[in-house]
Amino acid sequence: MIDFKSHTLSNGLKVIVHEDHSTPLVNVNILYKVGARDEDPSKTGFAHLFEHLMFGGSVNIPDYDGPLQVAGGDNNAFTNNDITNYYETLPATNIETAFWLESDRMMSLAFTDKSLEVQRSVVIEEFKQRYLNQPYGDVWLLLRPLAYKVHPYQWATIGKEVAHIENATMDDVKEFFFRFYCPDNAIMTVAGNVNSENVFELAEKWFGEIKRKIAPRVPYKAEPVQTEARSLTVERDIPFDSIYMAYHCCSRLDPEFYAVDLLTDILSRGRSSRLYNSLLKEKKLFTEINAYQTSDFDKSLLIIEGKLVKGVSMEQAEAAIREEIKKVTDALVSDDELQKVKNKVESTIEFSEMDLSSRSLNLAFAEYMGDVNLVNTEIKLYQKVSREEIREQAAKIFKEQNCSTLYYLAKKK
Amino acid sequence: MSTQPDRTTQPSLIEIGAVEIQEAVQMKLDNGIPVYTINSGFQDLIKVEFLFLNRSFDPANALLHSAANRMLSEGTAKHTAQQLADGVDYYGAFYETEENADYCTVNLYTLNKHLESTLPFLREMITEAVYPESELGIYKQNNKQRLMVENEKVGSVARRKFNEILFGNEHPYGYYSKPEDFDKLNRTVLQNYQKRQYVSNHCVIIVSGLINANTLELLNKNFGDKNWSGGTEAKFATSSMKYTGDKKQYIEKEDALQSAIRIGRRLFNRNHPDYPGMAVLNTVLGGYFGSRLMSNIREDKGYTYGIGSALVSMKQEGYFFISTEVGADVTVPALTEIYKEIDLLKKEPVQEEELSMVRNYMRGSFVKGLESAFHLADRFRSLHLHGLDYDYYQRYLEKVRTIQAEEIMDLANKYLDSSVFHELVVGRK
Repeated sequence: MIDFKSHTLSNGLKVIVHEDHSTPLVNVNILYKVGARDEDPSKTGFAHLFEHLMFGGSVNIPDYDGPLQVAGGDNNAFTNNDITNYYETLPATNIETAFWLESDRMMSLAFTDKSLEVQRSVVIEEFKQRYLNQPYGDVWLLLRPLAYKVHPYQWATIGKEVAHIENATMDDVKEFFFRFYCPDNAIMTVAGNVNSENVFELAEKWFGEIKRKIAPRVPYKAEPVQTEARSLTVERDIPFDSIYMAYHCCSRLDPEFYAVDLLTDILSRGRSSRLYNSLLKEKKLFTEINAYQTSDFDKSLLIIEGKLVKGVSMEQAEAAIREEIKKVTDALVSDDELQKVKNKVESTIEFSEMDLSSRSLNLAFAEYMGDVNLVNTEIKLYQKVSREEIREQAAKIFKEQNCSTLYYLAKKK
Repeated sequence: MSTQPDRTTQPSLIEIGAVEIQEAVQMKLDNGIPVYTINSGFQDLIKVEFLFLNRSFDPANALLHSAANRMLSEGTAKHTAQQLADGVDYYGAFYETEENADYCTVNLYTLNKHLESTLPFLREMITEAVYPESELGIYKQNNKQRLMVENEKVGSVARRKFNEILFGNEHPYGYYSKPEDFDKLNRTVLQNYQKRQYVSNHCVIIVSGLINANTLELLNKNFGDKNWSGGTEAKFATSSMKYTGDKKQYIEKEDALQSAIRIGRRLFNRNHPDYPGMAVLNTVLGGYFGSRLMSNIREDKGYTYGIGSALVSMKQEGYFFISTEVGADVTVPALTEIYKEIDLLKKEPVQEEELSMVRNYMRGSFVKGLESAFHLADRFRSLHLHGLDYDYYQRYLEKVRTIQAEEIMDLANKYLDSSVFHELVVGRK
């Protein structure tokens, strides 16, 4: 249970406060409602590159990190398809430094050529480190365009290719900033040893004068229903074959999300799960096997992925996955099985609320989903899911024509 | 409020005052097992950690400890692996193990209301594991394949190979495991090891979270009996501590887009009086985002996504290292810049502005490390492993507060002499 109070400034900035007087710290989290799905298809990777530039100095403050570190604080940020999120944790007595820094960079960045040049290189190195110089690293670069033909989820947050990052210009940077970085496109949460009235006053003081922009949104192109199975086979210099099956499913915001989430838990959460016991333990076909959904704000993917035991054929591996899928489509899961995954969700939520930063992010995320109360009510939505709903979702999702399969093979030597 | 804020000056700061650390409270089970408790937090949940120090090491069967610990959940005389997993999962609890060169742990995370139902499964796994042949076969096969995948990653090879260069293959801190090592695992050896190692005399329990009136009672009921006593304290092998490996090693990976770099040396652990001072030095050099290595090699040159340095403190000894993955084409200039930064620490005193930033950052970061009951339990475990008491943290904080630039320069000259460094590059030059 997370207590909170919220207030919206006249420029549209939503401010949510969670008081916790047991800690000497405060966490300030600002979620901008912009992600990789807002990018131009010919300039991908931009939302993420932009996240890096947010640390390159702002209009009145040449260096972001220094003053925060002097205040005893620490910060980070992440970008995904839907959001860009920035947060810092610092002693609550120094909270005003966070407001000073965050409001200044919401107002405007320094836009120095040096910062753009360096961060382009840093992001290209990140591209190599995480996607190109790792075994199985480019899987998502291949799987996304296979599953999405129209919707911007067809590219990864890092971007379609290194060239898009190399070609980013200062004009692109400015255009992106002035379109998406504004109070009416942001949610701020403040969690920790604070008083909510003080926080609302500070928010007014530091953010009040920033102009509302009403970010013009280009509507995302909806992904048409997939009508035939797709597949792609690649060979790479890796030791073992693997398989990735991507099925279209509902979005994070749809009411059936909770049933789909529990369905993937039944398939692969923990060592008591179905795929683990049947395919890894009993049949010994895989060294790793997982099912999960991507939980995106638009229609998402349900992924089943596995690394094959040496010597097992791809046909055998795929057939065994399909057999498990058929079971969950044909028959109801047991009461115990459903209760088990619900219990797991209950404790996962409790454990996630131990850390200040997670409580803070959970609040911002729930607000972006449309109702901040969801931080406390989602557990009930999970608890209401029935065995029939799980089977219904399984039947709807696990159709052959709804699947894009990536066969990722070890190069024959 | 209508006044315009001053956007050009940082708002005034208040330094973090005295840091109070909630200390673990010691209790004992009826059979003498020490239980350290940290009662803190609002969520009605608990973590129970069973800690067993490793007591022996045989390079010919180097994977024995980790396999024995990780396979505790793979079957007992009464239950199969799946039944055990069901037993814990049904209650929404989490079971995890951790293995390293000094110790192994078995951890239960559960809502308090399910502690009573889940603890018996833990007891059964810890004392009655039977290591079924079929499960062992799966374990070997899957872990062997996982290691072969790890061996394709420059960062992973560099990390493991560097420990070997520092400590040698005869010592658990340095042993470089190979895929075929999994073949040496044998059921009888595992069972014998389990009987010797997983006994009450070797067990320490650390409990953190919201501790109830009946927590100790439940632990006593499940673990407080004399039926699992036994074992004698054996001395840890320290034979190869004089080992010194190659000064420079280069492992070429033809198609690598990036090279992994490790540079460092063996060093003392937390028990040494110079450790807190070295922690400050390490932070200046590569211990936080604003560090010199990050500022130069990432934020100025753009050679890497990240670079850092760290002090690692293990039970017997420690080491200091710098680590990064850089574009293969800039491997050589990156090395030059790293050495330049080390030299600078030896030649020029850190300016007060930078030192004060580091002090504040370190205090803030220390306080952040006390955030939850689980964090406090980790702090306690670290003291316990090194035989230190809570005064250590006050000494550490005091050193962070008072250290001067000259002392940092002295430490750099004393411990960062290039003749004692080892350098490893995995990738392309």
